[in-house]
Amino acid sequence: MTTDNYLELSQVAITFPTPKGPFLALQDVNLKIAKGEFISVIGHSGCGKSTVLNIVAGLHQATTGGVILEGKEVTEPGPDRAVVFQNHSLLPWLTAYENVELAVKRVFGKKKSKQEIAQWVEHNLGLVHMEHAMHKRPHEISGGMKQRVGIARALAMEPKVLLMDEPFGALDALTRAHMQDSLMEIQNRLNNTVIMVTHDVDEAVLLSDRIVMMNQGPGATIGEILKIDLPRPRDRVTLAETPEYNHYRAAVLQFLYAKKHASAKPAVKSEAVEETAEPEPGLVSLEEHKKKKFG
Amino acid sequence: MNSQTATIPKAGDLARNWISKWLADSNPVATLKDMSFNLGVPLLALVAFCLLWAGVASKVQTSLGQLPGPTMVWGQAMTLYQEHKAEREKEAAFYERQEQRNAEKLAADPNADVKIRPYTGKPTFIDQIKTSLFTVATGFLLAALIAIPVGIVCGLNSGLYRAFNPLIQIFKPVSPLAWLPIVTMVVSALYVSDDPMFSKSYLNSAITVMLCCVWPTIINTTVGVASVDKDLLNVSRVLRLSWFTNVIKIVIPSAIPMIFTGLRVSLGIGWMVLIAAEMLAQNPGLGKFVWDEFQNGSSDSLARIMAAVFTIGIIGFLLDRIMLGIQRWVSWDKAANLR
Repeated sequence: MTTDNYLELSQVAITFPTPKGPFLALQDVNLKIAKGEFISVIGHSGCGKSTVLNIVAGLHQATTGGVILEGKEVTEPGPDRAVVFQNHSLLPWLTAYENVELAVKRVFGKKKSKQEIAQWVEHNLGLVHMEHAMHKRPHEISGGMKQRVGIARALAMEPKVLLMDEPFGALDALTRAHMQDSLMEIQNRLNNTVIMVTHDVDEAVLLSDRIVMMNQGPGATIGEILKIDLPRPRDRVTLAETPEYNHYRAAVLQFLYAKKHASAKPAVKSEAVEETAEPEPGLVSLEEHKKKKFG
Repeated sequence: MNSQTATIPKAGDLARNWISKWLADSNPVATLKDMSFNLGVPLLALVAFCLLWAGVASKVQTSLGQLPGPTMVWGQAMTLYQEHKAEREKEAAFYERQEQRNAEKLAADPNADVKIRPYTGKPTFIDQIKTSLFTVATGFLLAALIAIPVGIVCGLNSGLYRAFNPLIQIFKPVSPLAWLPIVTMVVSALYVSDDPMFSKSYLNSAITVMLCCVWPTIINTTVGVASVDKDLLNVSRVLRLSWFTNVIKIVIPSAIPMIFTGLRVSLGIGWMVLIAAEMLAQNPGLGKFVWDEFQNGSSDSLARIMAAVFTIGIIGFLLDRIMLGIQRWVSWDKAANLR
């Protein structure tokens, strides 16, 4: 089915030139994402998770392999793959409204009338609950509000894939929880295809349909993929007490901290993988991956 | 008359307002202390400077007499203003007489050929200030028109930056006095017209000012444009903004503070260069005034030159304040501490 193949990363590798010679940052990244799926990419800092996101965004070019979105190869950045940047990246000289408007005009400038554009900008700011501060500049609003506007700007482009690069990384814990709830609420309504880079285990389990766990670089690749089979809508407080939630959480923690490069798979993880319908290249376990590569 | 009667109560209101505000202040003594610190210290320094100046000046004898002290310079400054006013009155009288004569002629013979002759008095100190300001504005605006686009292009394209950089670095330290002969020759070769709109001396000075003050703006604009936040450029790439929209919406607003830093340095240099250029080009401005007074060599000359020195300094300071005001007005970040 085409919906399972909505976005495909195949054999993606990237090398960066450094004074000491080329540095292999990523290799053999294979991943298939279905339409409407929420994917988290988690891993230690420097493992290249943001690089994966930037390759999908088109901001970096894969050295080998490539990204295919709806049957078309991604070669350059574009509004169909809107990015929410870690540090909001709002234009500081424009108000929240104008920031969103710039994107809307660029994407829908020819299709929508002036009035429709204004309505669409306001609608998207409404989605992130920013109606009250529409005409404020970024330096007049809090960090969480800036990130909301950043999300509104990305949503307003009606992207095929929404890419989020540690969107809540710079926020305090309470604001972050608030933003995650908002994001789940929006996701319930719009059912976007999302790839989110994060280093927060709870955030990944709470929000995702699948968690992509990355090995450490150099030459980082996908270590394991964990399917999160929790019913939606999800509530952080009730979930926190359920064994399933804690299982998933433990699995991710184990991958990140206990395992590192050991080859044994945790019990929870294999269950989770077996639940997925068809084995995809991205779901190949670490051993098989190594066999493929070295054997 | 009307304007005077209108302003006096205003000034009174202002003072009364201020006093009532001061009395309502929670800590009037501290406010007064604060004020006396902010106003008093600079004032004290000024007084000390004048005393020192008066003391030293009285010990120096030149061929034009004693080196003038503050009082003599102040006196000459007033004289210069009086001379200006007197000259204006003479001019007004001249035109009045001329009009009267022409009216009489026309009354006697409606077909009479009347001529209006311009007044040909010598330019006063104030006129010379005006000429200087006009010349420096021309040179500076020309420089800004060239430097900002060049700086933006160099900042965006590292290849062009590499190409331009050696030229910028070579021409930047060249003195205005070295440019002037070249400019003079080129202007007199190319600007040939029976009825010139501008005098050659004006063009020479303005172009020399331009040549000396393009460089700081080019360099600062380049740096400002090259250091635009990478994330903002990524936003621009994701939105696939066109080259022009990218420059207008993202690059220029980001680089505005650096562009203005460059413009302020440029204007400062331009004003300094102008005085030198006018001395040599004999453009009727402050530079020529100083040169003429020096050649004149009367006992008042030194005091008049010093009055000109202070005028030049104060105008330079005001020009910078005006640029700062424009920067504040243009800048999106009103909270930024600009100085």
